[in-house]
Amino acid sequence: MTPHMLTRSLDRGATIFLAVVAACGILIPLSNLLLPAGSFLQVPTYLVALWGKYVCYAILALSIDLIWGYCGILSLGHGAFFALGGYAMGMYLMRQIGSRGVYGNPILPDFMVFLNYSKLPWYWYGFDMFWFAALMVLIVPGLLAFCFGWLAFRSRVTGVYLSIITQAMTYALLLAFFRNDFGFGGNNGMTDFKDILGFNVQAEGTRAALFALSCVALIAGFLICRAIVSSKLGKVLIAVRDAESRTRFLGYRVESYKLFVFTVSACMAGVAGALYVPQVGIINPSEFAPGNSIEAVIWVAVGGRGTLVGAALGAVVVNYAKTFFTSGMLAPYWLFMLGAMFILVTLLLPKGIVGTFNAWWDQSKEKRTAATIASAAAEDGVTEPKMAE
Amino acid sequence: MPANLSARLCSLLLSLLLIAFALPAFAGPFEDAVAKFANDDYSDTEEAIGVVASSGNRLAFPIISALQDGRLMADPDSKKVYVTGADGKSIDAATGQAVASVPDSASAVRLNNRLRRSVDAAIGSLTLQSPDIGARLQAAQSVFKSHEETSLEAVDGALAKETNRSVKAALGDARAAILLFKSDATEVEKLEAVATIKARGDQEAMALLTGMGDQPASVTKAAASAIGSIQSSLAVWSMVQNAWYGLSLGSVLLLAAIGLAITFGVMGVINMAHGEMVMIGAYTTFVVQEVIRTRYPGLFDYSLLIAVPLAFLVAGALGVVIERSIIRFLYGRPLETLLATWGLSLVLQQAVRTMFGPTNREVGNPSWMSGAFELGQITITYNRLWILVFTLAVFAILLAMLRYTALGLEMRAVTQNRRMAASMGIATSRVDALTFGLGSGIAGIAGVALSQIDNVSPNLGQSYIIDSFMVVVFGGVGNLWGTLVGAFTLGIANKFLEPVAGAVLGKIAILVLIILFIQKRPRGLFALKGRAVEA
Repeated sequence: MTPHMLTRSLDRGATIFLAVVAACGILIPLSNLLLPAGSFLQVPTYLVALWGKYVCYAILALSIDLIWGYCGILSLGHGAFFALGGYAMGMYLMRQIGSRGVYGNPILPDFMVFLNYSKLPWYWYGFDMFWFAALMVLIVPGLLAFCFGWLAFRSRVTGVYLSIITQAMTYALLLAFFRNDFGFGGNNGMTDFKDILGFNVQAEGTRAALFALSCVALIAGFLICRAIVSSKLGKVLIAVRDAESRTRFLGYRVESYKLFVFTVSACMAGVAGALYVPQVGIINPSEFAPGNSIEAVIWVAVGGRGTLVGAALGAVVVNYAKTFFTSGMLAPYWLFMLGAMFILVTLLLPKGIVGTFNAWWDQSKEKRTAATIASAAAEDGVTEPKMAE
Repeated sequence: MPANLSARLCSLLLSLLLIAFALPAFAGPFEDAVAKFANDDYSDTEEAIGVVASSGNRLAFPIISALQDGRLMADPDSKKVYVTGADGKSIDAATGQAVASVPDSASAVRLNNRLRRSVDAAIGSLTLQSPDIGARLQAAQSVFKSHEETSLEAVDGALAKETNRSVKAALGDARAAILLFKSDATEVEKLEAVATIKARGDQEAMALLTGMGDQPASVTKAAASAIGSIQSSLAVWSMVQNAWYGLSLGSVLLLAAIGLAITFGVMGVINMAHGEMVMIGAYTTFVVQEVIRTRYPGLFDYSLLIAVPLAFLVAGALGVVIERSIIRFLYGRPLETLLATWGLSLVLQQAVRTMFGPTNREVGNPSWMSGAFELGQITITYNRLWILVFTLAVFAILLAMLRYTALGLEMRAVTQNRRMAASMGIATSRVDALTFGLGSGIAGIAGVALSQIDNVSPNLGQSYIIDSFMVVVFGGVGNLWGTLVGAFTLGIANKFLEPVAGAVLGKIAILVLIILFIQKRPRGLFALKGRAVEA
């Protein structure tokens, strides 16, 4: 498989992927809003919210694929960045409730009144402004990832060690956010959101718009990842993934490359979390649970590591399966299936769905080309020497 | 109604006549005092409590305890007092004779806070003479706390008769406490009392000394120095306590991590299902106890001894199966191993949930593991102590096994240089399976011990997995001694941070510290050196 063919097959996949996401982003909201309720082609509002959730997960999966698939960094704590982005958005939504809360306090969110806060903690300042919250969605996960990565990559913590300390990081955050005196609502988290930018969060129009926005974010995230991995920098990242020491000996500052891509990935995860919260309507510390982060990794593995399209596809497929199976009679068996998926994909399908498909496609294409050449050669009466693989 | 009323009037008259006739015949100091309860006057009641408590009459205790519980009924008209029992039967307080029913006009003798204190003190001094050692000890301790002057006589009396050493000591403390607060005690007596209380040296002694009010100058001085010395000894004891808690937590961490130190540390396999092996060990204990409960109840005390080898076999066999069916295909791909074993952990959890239900199952402590003993100012529970001993034993056996047995030698050879070991004729794949089985089996043993202090639920393993990895990574991969030091360091650090930062913040602080520590020493406390490291 030559690099040229790899890029070409990816290009084809990328085009299809972008077209499908764009079509969904336009058609689903339109069908939801314009067609009469109950009509065959109308997408019900609950499905719009559900698919919006999947799209957010797909963005998270993209961010994991960027670092795992292209740089070999297996983060088991990416759920933390996702949740931090979600909390930043949740804080904005909480401030928008204003005096409509149960206790009617114009400044303090309900849980603070309940916990006898006399004034707003300093870290809640500014979250009544959307632009500030949006900035924080990027800055907070980005900053955490930068600090964490700066410490980890500089001292060459790699492989499994890095995975375990990322898991410890999200676990520590889980414990911290469970505390009431941490100022983020304790184990209840934040919910009962009223409106976003003046639009009612529950309204159909807002939901459709949020879905469309999520699709836009997915497309943007995909393009950013594509830009990164197909640039020169991306080549260095792949080199780091395949032979870190060799890349270092060639004179590249491996830690800077890793730090850059890790931070970008964390920001993407934060955006995914921020889009997730208004569509789901709640954010609580369970988002930090280490299990969630590992589950996100398996989406990428199922779809195909290092393919980008596969990561997004894997997120949607696995979560669709989760919704499908956990709502029926098969609910008690879902964890068996999820567990088996982890095992079988790693054992039997190491390249994932998209990776396996690409390999098969390229192989059959090669065969066809070889056949054409052979028949052409036979016509010319010349035999070409066989190329060694 | 008129008939009824006249009947009641008649009976009232009759009883009045009876009383007028009976009183002179019974009158004694005890009976007089009992009658005073019916006056509904606080100072009369107080006087009555004092007289009854010091009367030595066999009814004194029932009367005072009834007074305490609001079961002492007094009839203001007849001046008769009754003790109603919890079973509804009543007796006449003055004579002890059973009565059919308490008259409607009687009401419970009222108490105020001041009286309640003297009731408590009276009860305390009354039980000082109880035949039960535990009751006497408790009474002496309650007198120590209340230090009512009125109890002094009773304490002195009890002290003269007491033969049990610990009750005697408690009585001595109680006497000292009373003397300290007695206004007319001599200075010498008070100084002696301070010395006695200082020797007691606990939190209560300090509270007593700090709250003793106006005293002669020499006593105040002695008390101040006693407080100082108690404070410093308490500080030392609280350090000892933290250290013990730390050792105990460390032993739990070590127990959970030893198996991982084998699979992760020696083989380099990331087994995220390690916690589930621990859980399976705990459930094995549950099943063993269930069988014993239903079939052979007499063997309950041996249930853990039976469970340990069984848990080792169950978890170990499962480990061998896992290694043969999943992990051997993933050698050299640590990240994939991590994902596959995580999936396995989900499957195992769900399997146990399906079989045993999602709720906690009850695993009992055998008699030799329940209870506690006091060591100076700290309490040590037997189960924690046994777990520490057990952990160290498992560690020692494992170490000896790796060092002195043929299998241990082969394991070390394979992990150090697989290809060379294979060339020397070692069946490496068999050794891999056995090593993984050994690590899993030890996790199963850990489950037996952890079932004694933790909830046995399908989530049991998950709560240990992150901690176990932290211990192994902190201690240094591939080094059992590192795991030992790592576990105890983390346990003790955690328990010393807890009083300062609180349980959750302490844990977060530890996690952050480990993350920072790994930055500084990426290969742990005791890093392996040489070529094997990069492999």
